[in-house]
Amino acid sequence: MANHRVPPIRSSEITPPEWFHQRRRFLRLAGVAGLAAAWPPARAGEKLTAAQQAAYTLPDEWTPRDSVTQYNNFYEFGTDKESPARNAGSLKTRPWTVAVEGEVRRPRRFDLDELLKLAPLEERVYRLRCVEAWSMVIPWVGYPLAELIKRVEPTGNAKFVEFLTLHDPAQMPGQQSGVLDWPYREGLRLDEAAHPLTLLTFGLYGELLPNQNGAPVRIVVPWKYGFKSAKSLVTIRFVETAPVTTWMDAGPREYGFYANVNPAVDHPRWSQAKERRIGEFFKRPTLPFNGYADQVAGLYAGMDLERNF
Amino acid sequence: MVTNFSQQKLVAAIKMVLFPAALLPFARLVAAGAGGHLGANPIEKITRDTGWWTLTLLLLTLTMTPLRRLSGWSGWVRLRRMLGLFAFFYACLHFSTYLVLDQFFDWPAILKDIAKRPYITVGFSAFLLLIPLAVTSTEGMIRRLGGRAWRQLHRLVYVAAFAGVVHFTWLVKKDLTRPLIFAASLAALLGMRLVLWLRSQGR
Repeated sequence: MANHRVPPIRSSEITPPEWFHQRRRFLRLAGVAGLAAAWPPARAGEKLTAAQQAAYTLPDEWTPRDSVTQYNNFYEFGTDKESPARNAGSLKTRPWTVAVEGEVRRPRRFDLDELLKLAPLEERVYRLRCVEAWSMVIPWVGYPLAELIKRVEPTGNAKFVEFLTLHDPAQMPGQQSGVLDWPYREGLRLDEAAHPLTLLTFGLYGELLPNQNGAPVRIVVPWKYGFKSAKSLVTIRFVETAPVTTWMDAGPREYGFYANVNPAVDHPRWSQAKERRIGEFFKRPTLPFNGYADQVAGLYAGMDLERNF
Repeated sequence: MVTNFSQQKLVAAIKMVLFPAALLPFARLVAAGAGGHLGANPIEKITRDTGWWTLTLLLLTLTMTPLRRLSGWSGWVRLRRMLGLFAFFYACLHFSTYLVLDQFFDWPAILKDIAKRPYITVGFSAFLLLIPLAVTSTEGMIRRLGGRAWRQLHRLVYVAAFAGVVHFTWLVKKDLTRPLIFAASLAALLGMRLVLWLRSQGR
């Protein structure tokens, strides 16, 4: 038998051990990157995984999805209820970043995907009461804004939170008109913003938000009139004094900073005692704080709600 | 020149087209309602549609007199009554929608609305003003009242149209585009009358 000699292995063919041990990770990363490049960007309608929260369901029937997505007040896309569904296709929701700034120890610009993963997503069914005396019941997907607030560590000077909607008339054709003073500005007191009901919202009906509902990220404050829940957010700013919001600026006699749902305090031009739930014939009585009085009335203890409308 | 006879025929022909045309918005609402195509808030849609057509037809009614003066053709005025009655028809639909569909005969709420909400006060007044005009629109009533008294009474239409436009302006939340289009049209129609009247005074 011939002496069999193992040929020497050239050093160029030897994989360094650190490469060897990371090759699986590398392959996985390469695969993800390839997929990501081929994958279409996350888009309205994409499914979201969210845990249902028993504490945040309602006995009320959900408003049909079609009504929720085709009957909107979103003046950035026109002032008719049907305009947003028709015109919001021009909004590009990726890439998207949200600047969290002002009186915080850790100001940051969050990429949308980062925000989506910041805290576990929950499905929460909330009543929505519009200042125009109609209402809906909507299964939102998001997590409490408090999750974001605690991560950026507000300073002692942070008393209010200001929310700004994207200002880009090319993407938001309604902004080509001067019907409101753009960008859309909203605000909450810090304790309202950190209240467990205040939801940083990414989806509805188990899917990413359709553009006309405020994609890709909005807030939902269920005990206040709908206009308080600013949509398509690009800035969340912590400030010391109460911001003048867009609707306060548009009609100071008609729209206050608080805008808590209150059947006892009428809009100067129409009654707020009742509301028409979309899909129902008879009007139903409007509830104080939109039915969330048990959870939020304490925030306003001792305040004159007629004056602080 | 159009002879009297053929002018009558022409007016009759226009009316034959106008009548179904003026019913078209109503027919469309009924069809949309039957097919469930009135959108997420059908009562609001019906209210807005009938209100819009009331104002549109009211202003069209007010266009006939200036048209006669500008064109010299007297046939225009003979369409006035039909247009005016259709304006009243849509006003009735508009008010009934509020009464039945929106409020469902909640009288305390309705009375409070009329007394407390300026846009409803002024809209309701406009509707009331149209009633005597519709009632006295027949040949018999014109004869009974006499042309002079009848013409004076029917000047109420200016007040009603003005009140209607104010009603629309006051109820809009923020976007005044549509009410202002009505306001500008009404101003133009009344302005034309003023100019014609001033000219006739100057002569």
